[in-house]
Amino acid sequence: MEILSVQNLCKSYASFSLKDVTFSLESGYIMGFIGANGAGKTTTLKSMLGLVHKDSGSVRMLGKDFDQNELELKQLIGFTLGGVDYYAKTPIKRITEVARRFYDNWDASVYRSYMHRFKLDENKRPAELSHGMRIKYSLVLALSHHAKLLLLDEPTSGLDPIARDDLLELFQELIESGERSILFSTHITSDLEKCADFITYIVNGRVVESRSKDELLDAYRLVKGTNEQLGVIASRLIASKAHSFGFTGLIKTADLRQEDTVMAEIPNLEDIMIYHAKKETDYEEPAI
Amino acid sequence: MSINIAISGTSDKPIYQQLFDQVSAQIVKGQLTEGFCLPPIRTVAKELRISVIPVKKAWEELERAGFIVTMVGKGCFVAPIKAHELSGKRDELALEKLKKDIEYYKALGMSVDELVEMIVRYYD
Repeated sequence: MEILSVQNLCKSYASFSLKDVTFSLESGYIMGFIGANGAGKTTTLKSMLGLVHKDSGSVRMLGKDFDQNELELKQLIGFTLGGVDYYAKTPIKRITEVARRFYDNWDASVYRSYMHRFKLDENKRPAELSHGMRIKYSLVLALSHHAKLLLLDEPTSGLDPIARDDLLELFQELIESGERSILFSTHITSDLEKCADFITYIVNGRVVESRSKDELLDAYRLVKGTNEQLGVIASRLIASKAHSFGFTGLIKTADLRQEDTVMAEIPNLEDIMIYHAKKETDYEEPAI
Repeated sequence: MSINIAISGTSDKPIYQQLFDQVSAQIVKGQLTEGFCLPPIRTVAKELRISVIPVKKAWEELERAGFIVTMVGKGCFVAPIKAHELSGKRDELALEKLKKDIEYYKALGMSVDELVEMIVRYYD
């Protein structure tokens, strides 16, 4: 079942715009939302949630139009946009008292189990918590009302490797029943190599790729060779970097030819991001 | 009876292929027998810390190859396979791998006799 569908989402600011952002997600999967700083990840999430007013486009969650069913759908989704940094001087116990009233399905025992799992002390105030702890607390608030769809903006940023690993494991537990999905943005691509099934990649307000991670990685090759070989292949590369002994570049697998003699290997997500970003600095209008 | 799987993150072999190879080998060897219920795909993914799609693909390939059957709403089970079919399937798996390996030895310029001699010498 399709749990999330974003169609032709547009939002223009003076110096930045989202252009026809389109992607969808089935229930029971984790999708990573990647892109450089300022590519439009947070703006996309906020536009989807109605936190900024979109210019056009539609968002469907759990089969229903978001604009027409906003209150009902917000009961069924959990979202975080960074850590809890409001009411900095209020004990989080009291912040929880306020937050839980918004949700019909608030589950105090689930809440307590996550507070315990993340080692959060209810008597602390946000101002006394580290950045990572504030992120964890915002996740607890997003996870305690049995949400079916989780939209999380940079949930792993600021967490140490052990806490990140624990969080990714929790994500896999959450989708285990097959009834829940998670969309999370990150620029720590190694977080996605392990657990994400789908990747949506945004560059300068446009979705460049949205498909399964394995298909995405297989659609590109990282090629390496000598400067003579670069001459032969240069026009087909997305971008390349020259070094003293030759070059490294990214190419679409479909553009690689049988007679090419360069070394070709499957890239990781970071390689794909780095070379697309390099291409982006060289031109105005994306050719995609 | 339990299933054993170890996935390498650095192998050239795709994850779904590693899963397929390891589970099919355990069925062929008789370690997993008819009616054994395979864990749900998302549980396998969670336990092995891999994404869901490769597990789904491996289970689909296992079903296509006749190793497992899916019962809607109940899960995936090791298929009833007769002893002679089992050895047939084992030979199929071995042959598939052997064909690829033979290409490699040919490329190295080895003759059949040289290859057989080497296998005999190093089999144990």
